[in-house]
Amino acid sequence: MRKGLKLLTTIVLTSLLVVGLAACGNGNEDKNSGSTGSSKFASIEQLKKNGKIRIGVFADKPPFGYVDSEGKNQGFDVYIAKRFAKDLLGDESKAEFVLVDAASRVAYLESNKVDIIMANFTVTDERKEKVDFADPYMKLSFGIVSPDSAPITAIDQLKEKGKKLIVAKGTTAESYFTKEYPDVELLKFDQYTEIFAALKDGRGAAIANDNTELIAWAKSNPGFTVSIPEFGGQDTIAPAVAKGNKELLNWINNELGTLGKEKFIHEAYNETLKEVYGEGFTDQLVVEGGKVE
Amino acid sequence: MQNSGIRVLFEGSNFERLLGGLLVTIEIAFISIIIGVVLGTIMGLLRTLNSRPLKAILRLYLEAFRIIPILVWLYVVHFGFSPLLGIDIDGEVTAILVFSLWGAAEIGDIVRGGLESLPRHQLESGKALGLGTRQLYRYILIPQAVRRMLPGAINLATRMVKTTSLVVLIGVIEVVKIGQQIIELGVIKAPTASFWVYGFIFILYFLVCYPLSRLSKRAERRWQN
Repeated sequence: MRKGLKLLTTIVLTSLLVVGLAACGNGNEDKNSGSTGSSKFASIEQLKKNGKIRIGVFADKPPFGYVDSEGKNQGFDVYIAKRFAKDLLGDESKAEFVLVDAASRVAYLESNKVDIIMANFTVTDERKEKVDFADPYMKLSFGIVSPDSAPITAIDQLKEKGKKLIVAKGTTAESYFTKEYPDVELLKFDQYTEIFAALKDGRGAAIANDNTELIAWAKSNPGFTVSIPEFGGQDTIAPAVAKGNKELLNWINNELGTLGKEKFIHEAYNETLKEVYGEGFTDQLVVEGGKVE
Repeated sequence: MQNSGIRVLFEGSNFERLLGGLLVTIEIAFISIIIGVVLGTIMGLLRTLNSRPLKAILRLYLEAFRIIPILVWLYVVHFGFSPLLGIDIDGEVTAILVFSLWGAAEIGDIVRGGLESLPRHQLESGKALGLGTRQLYRYILIPQAVRRMLPGAINLATRMVKTTSLVVLIGVIEVVKIGQQIIELGVIKAPTASFWVYGFIFILYFLVCYPLSRLSKRAERRWQN
């Protein structure tokens, strides 16, 4: 009996502690989203004085953000981030790269551990509530890849009987077709490797997925072409700053505008993405000057 | 194909980078183990005393670390506490802090268990010899308890070494993360790289953990009598 009581006390107290911790976390979040003052973030003045800007990038997502065999940060996002550092602080080596994980990108900004996140950050409404997105520098949409022998150049072709469209389960492409084209027969797989294998075996007429994935795959698999490079909804990828950090946000937007005049994002594409995606897809992927046409 | 995979290990400075990552792993684990052992021993001793509130607090502390995953602790301390207190703590410091506190909690329990497992007559005989509390612990209880604690403590130490792979979540780049970077970089050119990189990491972990268990075996044998 006494033992049971003790156990109960322990459980209750421990859960109190947990709730307490959670409350701390929440309180902090509220404070972040509520404040618009400049005291919380480093102002551009301060960044210049410190001589460094902390930019969160990926370490293992080539070709967007990765670490090369010399241990240096490379990739599309990094290329642009370096230019930001050069134009803001005078030298690209003043960018201090913080290697972030997909799941902790928002937390890094909320806890003020980085100044900018440039880790292939897709703009979503949910994320907009927690961080401020600048103008985009890249866009994504769906694409369709099909064999050269029987190319699918219009979605209507897929409505024919016996033609199956291959998709990966849980992707946005799957839900898009289920909703918009209920009469297209879908063949679903769990893994990316499976959808590509299925197309090669001829189990389906085409694959629908994010166009970046398909463009990269088609490039290293002769005999297959991205026959519809862009359709459906469009997602954009943009730098993000902490909620309320207006000064830095405005600076980034201006900077993207200036860079657009010299076609800098195209240059970044040529330097980092061309190897994977090949030429001819800049129009589908690159956003110049922060404006989606 | 097989060759290209193993070559990845020696490309550029990959080899040095993996060893550098291992150093971070060792640093976090060993500093934490040392701090954990010191704090844990004190805690374990306190828990054998007959003070109810003290016992309750320390018990709560232990359960907090047992029940809440280390991953959550890392996250809470790194992204929760440090901005709350207005100080920017480095990821590695956060890691050492959390691992030390975890070590202290677990070592505390091991020490308590070790002391309480000693037959009561050891304590009574000591008292009968006229030893004071401090002498009792110093000459009778601790030396005997240490031998009983050793397997548990070594077990904890190797567990801590391996758990360091979680710290990547708070931005600390240790050996497993560097391995993943190398694998992802070569994913098209060297698809078998993952086998070699993870195989190499396996050997590295083994080289760190095996001496620990050898050491404990030898110590146990020596203290047998």
